[in-house]
Amino acid sequence: MGAGHAVAALLTALILGTLGAVAWAAGGLSVLTEWDWRALRFTLWQAALSATLSAALAVPVARALARRRFRGRGLLVTLLGAPFILPVIVAIMGLIAIFGRNGLVNDSLRGIGLPEMSIYGWQGVILAHVFFNLPLSVRLILQGWQAVPAERFRLAASLDFGPRDIARHLERPMLRNVLPGVWLAVFLVCLTSFTVALALGGGPGATTVELAIYQAFRFDFDLGRAATLGLVQIALSVGALLLARRIAVPAGFGTGMDATGAPPGPGGWRRGADALVIALAAGFLLAPLLSVTASGLPRVGALPADVWSAALRSIVMAVTSAALTITACLVLALAVARGAGRWVEAAGMLPLVASPLVLGTGLFILLRDLATPQQMALPVTVAINAAMALPFGLRALIPAAQALQADYGQLAASLDLKGLARLRLLVLPRLARPLGFAGGLAAALAMGDLGVITLFAGDQPTLPLKLYQLMNSYRMEDAAAASVLLMALSFALFWLFDRGGRMDA
Amino acid sequence: MKTFLIPALLLASPALAQDRVLTIYASDYIASEWGPGPKIEEGFEAFCDCDLQFVTGDILPRILMEGEGTPADVVFGLNTDVTARARASGLFAPHRQDTTDMSLPVEWTDDIFLPYNWGETAFVYDETRLDNPPASFADLLEAPDDLKIVIQDPRSSISGLALLLWVKQVYGDDAPEAWAKLAPKVLTVTRGWSESYGLFTEGEADMVLSYTTSPAYHIAAEDDPTKKAAIFPEGHYFMAELAAQVASTDQPELAQQFMDWILTPEFQQTIPLANWSLPARLPVEDWPEVMRNLPRPDKTLFYSEDEAEALRQPALDEWLRAFAG
Repeated sequence: MGAGHAVAALLTALILGTLGAVAWAAGGLSVLTEWDWRALRFTLWQAALSATLSAALAVPVARALARRRFRGRGLLVTLLGAPFILPVIVAIMGLIAIFGRNGLVNDSLRGIGLPEMSIYGWQGVILAHVFFNLPLSVRLILQGWQAVPAERFRLAASLDFGPRDIARHLERPMLRNVLPGVWLAVFLVCLTSFTVALALGGGPGATTVELAIYQAFRFDFDLGRAATLGLVQIALSVGALLLARRIAVPAGFGTGMDATGAPPGPGGWRRGADALVIALAAGFLLAPLLSVTASGLPRVGALPADVWSAALRSIVMAVTSAALTITACLVLALAVARGAGRWVEAAGMLPLVASPLVLGTGLFILLRDLATPQQMALPVTVAINAAMALPFGLRALIPAAQALQADYGQLAASLDLKGLARLRLLVLPRLARPLGFAGGLAAALAMGDLGVITLFAGDQPTLPLKLYQLMNSYRMEDAAAASVLLMALSFALFWLFDRGGRMDA
Repeated sequence: MKTFLIPALLLASPALAQDRVLTIYASDYIASEWGPGPKIEEGFEAFCDCDLQFVTGDILPRILMEGEGTPADVVFGLNTDVTARARASGLFAPHRQDTTDMSLPVEWTDDIFLPYNWGETAFVYDETRLDNPPASFADLLEAPDDLKIVIQDPRSSISGLALLLWVKQVYGDDAPEAWAKLAPKVLTVTRGWSESYGLFTEGEADMVLSYTTSPAYHIAAEDDPTKKAAIFPEGHYFMAELAAQVASTDQPELAQQFMDWILTPEFQQTIPLANWSLPARLPVEDWPEVMRNLPRPDKTLFYSEDEAEALRQPALDEWLRAFAG
C-alpha cells in the first residue's frame, strides 16, 4: 500500500506543483476575461455532448462485438481502437478527407442531390471527438462485458433467458457499473481538448479552455491567466469525478473460470442488426485512416533520413513512457483495489484533467536551474506522456484489480501468497489484458504527442515535430507520408502491447 | 522519479565539448533541414571557429520566462508585431548595424531588432480552381459567401495577427463591418499557418491567408505555376523576421559576429529559397529569378510597434465579436 500512496503523492505533486509553479512565476492568478468564460461554457457543453454521444453509440457496438464471433474479430477489435491513439493532426487530415467539403461523404451527398454537411464549426468538433472517443468507449465497455464471467451467460441460457432478461439481469448492472466511468473519461478528454477545437472549430465560437490556456501563454504571455484557467479546468474535472463517484455502483458478479466460452449470441434480426452496427462503426472509424494511408503511402519510402531518425527517437520515448505507465498503473490499481482510499484513485485520474501546457511550463520553471531545456526536452516529454496516459490505463485496470481482489484476495491470503510470487502467479496473469491495453495506449499517445515537446524542442525532434516542420516548409506531400509513418508506428506499438496482454484470447 | 528519468536521459545527446558555443533560439521550422538553419549554421561555422547550436521552440515566451538567466546568445525569428513586449523586457542589446540601405519596403530604424527577411500577407489561390479571384480587398469582402477562405487565429499565429492589423489598417474604424462580411466566407480558423495551408492544398478552401512569396515555393520546388497571391490595391501588410542579441550573453563577441554576418550578401542569399521569403538586404538583381518575377503589391502597409501593441487587444476584440457568432 505504501507504493500506491507514494505514486499517488508524486502525481499530485506533479500536477498541482506545476500549476503552483506557473502561478508563482506569474506572481498570482489573473482575472478571467469574458472570452474565457465563453470558452468555459463551450468546453462544458461540447464535452458533455461528445461524452454522451460516444458512450451511447459505444453500447450497441460493444454488445455486438461481445456476443458475436467471426473471423478477424480480434483484428477488428484492435483496429477499432486506432482512432483514439491517432495523432490528432493525422486524424483530422483523415476526417477532412472523408467529411470535408471535397470528402467522400459530401461527394456522395452531392451525387444524390442532397445538401452538403460541414465538418467545420461545433459539429466538426463533436464529430471529431466522437471519432476519437468512440473507440475508447467501446473498448472500456467491451472489457466490462468480458468481465462478466461466461458462466453467467451460460446459466442465463440454461434458465431460458431471452435477450431482454439477459439485458436486465446481466448487462444493465454491468453497464451501470461501467458507463459512468466511460462517460467521465470521455468528458474529461474532451474537457482538455485543444487541437481538435482549433483545427475544426472554425473560430472563437468554439474555443475550449485548453485553447485559451495556449493563447494565454503564446499571445499574451499571461502566466497568471494560464494558471487560473488551469485551475478552473481542474476544478471542473474534480467536480465531474465526484459526481461520477456518486452514481457508480459496483457490480458483484462472483468468480468464474474463464476457460469456457459464452454461449452464442441471440439469432434472428439481432444478428443482422449486430452486423450492421459493426459495419457502420468500422466504416466511420476506419475510412479516415484508409484515406490518410492512401494519400501518403506512396511517398513513405522517399522520406529523408532525418524523418527516420526522428521516428526511432519517438519509438524509444514511447516505449519508455509505456513502461512507466504500466508500472505506475499497476501500483495504483492494486492499492485502490485493496481500499487505499479515494484520493489514490483521484490522484491517478488527475493527469487527465491537467493541462499539458501548464504541466510542461511548470516543469520548465521548476527544473530550469537543474538542467537546460534541451536536456529536459526528452525526459520531460516521456514523463508527462506517461502521466497523461495513466488515467486511461487506470480506467481499464481498476475494475479488473478490484474484481481480482474480491475474487481471489481471500484465497491468496489463505495461501499466504504475497510479494513477487503473488505478482507473478496471480496479479500479472489476471491483469495482463488491461495492463497490455494501458501500455499500448501510453506508447501510442506518447508517439503522437506534440504538445509538450514544442515547449522544449531542442535539437532532437520527435516524429510529430518533424511532421510539423515538413508542413511549415510547404512539403505537404512529405507531411502526408510522415503522417502515414506516424500512424503506422503508433498503431504497431499499441498492437504489440495490447497483443502481449491478450495472449490468452 | 529517478528510475524513470534515467532511461530517458540516455536519449539526450551529450553536450559538445567545444568551448565556443553560440546558442541561438530559433523558431522551429528554421532549424529543420528544410529551413534556412543548416545553411546558416554551416556558413557561420566556416569562419567563426565555434559551434552554432539552434535551440528551437517558442522564442519569446521562453526567453521572457527565463529572463537574464537565459542560455541564449542570440534570438532568431522574432516577428515584427511582437517586438514591443520583447523590447520592454530589456533582455536584448543593440545590433550595431547600419540599416539605412535595406531592401525593405519600409524604413527600418530599430537599433535592437534586425530584420533578416520579409514578406507581406496575401491570400493565395489556385488559378485552376478559382476562375475569378477577387481583385481587391473590397472585392473579397463582396464576394459570394461560397468563396471559402481559411485564416489563422490571431491568438496563436503570427500571420493571423498580421491579418488583424492588415484589416485594421485598410478599414480602420470600419474593421468590424469588414470582419462581418468576411466571416461567412471563412471556412475555418486554424492554430497555425501550416494547418491552413494544408487545407488549401487539399482543396478544402479556395483561398488561404499566406504570403505574397508563397507561390515561389510551388514554382521553384514543384514546377507548379498555378498558385498565385491575389494582389490588392489597398496594400499588403508587412511582416519581417528579426534577429537580436541577448544582452546577458556570455559570448558577446560571437553574438556580435553573428549579427554582423546577417546583412552580408552571403547570408542574405540563403534566405529566399530556404525561407521562401525576401532577403532584407540584397539588390533585387541578386534575388533568385522566381522571387524577382513574383507580382509585387504597389503599397505596403505597416504599423509601428507601439501602434501594433496598442491596437492588438481592441482589434482582437473586434475580431472575436465577428466570429463568436
